[in-house]
Amino acid sequence: MKITKVAKAGTLESNDILIMVKPNEFGKTELELESIVMQQFGEVIEQVILHKVQEMGIEGISIKAQDKGALDYTIAARVETAISRAI
Amino acid sequence: MEKLRRTMLFMPGNNPGMLQDAAILGADSIILDLEDAVSLTEKDSARILVREAIRTIDYSQVEVVVRVNPLDTEFGPQDVDVIARVKPDTLLIPKANEEEIKLVDKLLDKIEKEEGYPPGSIKIIALIETALGLENVYNVIEASRRTVGVLLGGEDLTADLGIERTKEGEEIFYARNKVATVCRALKVDAIDTPFTDTNDYEGLEKDTAKAKGLGLTGKSAINPRQIETIHSVFAPTEDELKRALRILDAMEEAEKEGKGCCSLDGKMIDAPVINRAACTVDQGIRLGLISGEGGAR
Repeated sequence: MKITKVAKAGTLESNDILIMVKPNEFGKTELELESIVMQQFGEVIEQVILHKVQEMGIEGISIKAQDKGALDYTIAARVETAISRAI
Repeated sequence: MEKLRRTMLFMPGNNPGMLQDAAILGADSIILDLEDAVSLTEKDSARILVREAIRTIDYSQVEVVVRVNPLDTEFGPQDVDVIARVKPDTLLIPKANEEEIKLVDKLLDKIEKEEGYPPGSIKIIALIETALGLENVYNVIEASRRTVGVLLGGEDLTADLGIERTKEGEEIFYARNKVATVCRALKVDAIDTPFTDTNDYEGLEKDTAKAKGLGLTGKSAINPRQIETIHSVFAPTEDELKRALRILDAMEEAEKEGKGCCSLDGKMIDAPVINRAACTVDQGIRLGLISGEGGAR
């Protein structure tokens, strides 16, 4: 499945993450991540985001994520919301 | 033994930090709110976040209640469908009337069957906040066997009545009486409206005592700082517990001697006094203030 428009979900408040998604014109999955805990949890956050994208069967998506210390459940929820809004 | 609902703490459904902390704030129940605390543009986001929170966070020490949106909006039925599938303990149904409760009951029957949950395992609390709902509260409760309580919504009710909501709360005297009486008759919990001034602890204590005095069994809270005050009002005092235990002892003695009634400190002990004493002792046991055998801890 492909997304058709730009959409975002989440906030920049602590414990949350702001996810912005847009269609990727080359059909790739690209992720740009900023996090206040990048050094400690950067890889895990990336995995959670990409796992959710895969689980939803999405291809051709650019994701920009600005993390303010969100737990996994919040990351997954915000990615799902952003993608649902972009379909 | 059934859990107490002395406090039901409202938590906004779209705030991850508050959802994470909700279980450890000391409330008996937490209400994860998808209705008033969430803006119209974030309803989808909050619904997914609350679903993930229930799936992930350890809420085993509290009752998890989710306030869904009204069933006559586009959001309400979606909320029920998404949230019930992760099995919260209870759904709080706003602007409740018979039709809404019957509809939710039917939706829950279907979801429980599809998900393999025991029938009737997800409970309902009716939020009474309209004049029609209040006058019909008996039938609202009777509309589903899942209904375990009523929460009185003073703000919306007074708005519906076209009257001013005051700190003293005289304007909801009738509503509190009605809800307390009907709930007692049908043996479900009667939860009071929140006290909205979160900095006035004296006012909160008075308001809670007023509700308790009218027969309400718990109170909703909008700030964790209100929990301790509400619990202290709803807990039986040491003197009340001691007297209740003495009454039950006196009754037991009388029964052994084959007497139909008895007296304690010169006053006759009859059925209503015994019932009240039994309720006090039961609450003391549930709060861990006395042991199951009745001895003081």
